[in-house]
Amino acid sequence: MAGKGSGKLKVTLPSDNEILLARVFDAPRHLVWETITKPEYVRRWFCCMDGFTMPVCEIDLRVGGKYRYLMLASDGSEVGFHGEYKEIVAHQRIVHTEIFDPYPDSPALCTVTLEERDGKTYFQNLVQHTTKEARDMHVQSGMETGADLALDRVESIAQSLGAPTRGGNSTVHAVR
Amino acid sequence: MQTERLDATFAALADPTRRAIVARLAKGEATVMELAEPFEMSQPAISKHLKVLERAGLVSRGRDAQRRPCRLEAAPLREVTDWLERYRDLWDARFDRLDNLLEELKQKEKRHGRKR
Repeated sequence: MAGKGSGKLKVTLPSDNEILLARVFDAPRHLVWETITKPEYVRRWFCCMDGFTMPVCEIDLRVGGKYRYLMLASDGSEVGFHGEYKEIVAHQRIVHTEIFDPYPDSPALCTVTLEERDGKTYFQNLVQHTTKEARDMHVQSGMETGADLALDRVESIAQSLGAPTRGGNSTVHAVR
Repeated sequence: MQTERLDATFAALADPTRRAIVARLAKGEATVMELAEPFEMSQPAISKHLKVLERAGLVSRGRDAQRRPCRLEAAPLREVTDWLERYRDLWDARFDRLDNLLEELKQKEKRHGRKR
């Protein structure tokens, strides 16, 4: 299943508990800043899954202020995130916590930086989790935000697991 | 369940020797002796690594009692790459939408002049 996007985003795993998103936007930094800090703009790009709406998008952009995003699928299931702003340097840098609603005990720390060169904005978001397990859970949660995508996936996994592995042992045990 | 399986795959691939074994098996099946050759390791040491890969479902062994050739099982590997790809796809799609929004704001600013 190839991605539907342009492929301009780079995702890397700098260490066991981190994820780094890097993207260049063809727009000056002050505009990128607006689109990631104002609810009326965030609503327009953050909720990109078919069949989802974003009934809640609240941003209280100040140190100690909170944000909350809630997306709702047509089947009624919810995907929510919230967190608190720890550091804000206008047009340059935001540090905030991120908590995926189902896992309130696993906050991640996100450091968003914007740099402008030749009218383009170099965006980075370093997501730091407390453990590798929490990070993997987070990435997993990204896959579950599209209900039909998730179904597709369950189907393909079921198919690949269902294929008889000649002479193989189909039970997989965790190795620690 | 899925997370547990991913953990097993990641743990198995965390070791450079095991990654080298996987890379070798990607080219075709091989016996333990053939696998041990390029490494300065005894066959029992290689066998230990193979056991870890087997338990993670990445490698299976042939039935032939003499050779017991090892072969790569693709499904768990595919799952590992899918895992990150799906996440990347979601954010890629988000940022593409953000591109459109930025384009709109750039046009607006051009028409009205930058107010700040």
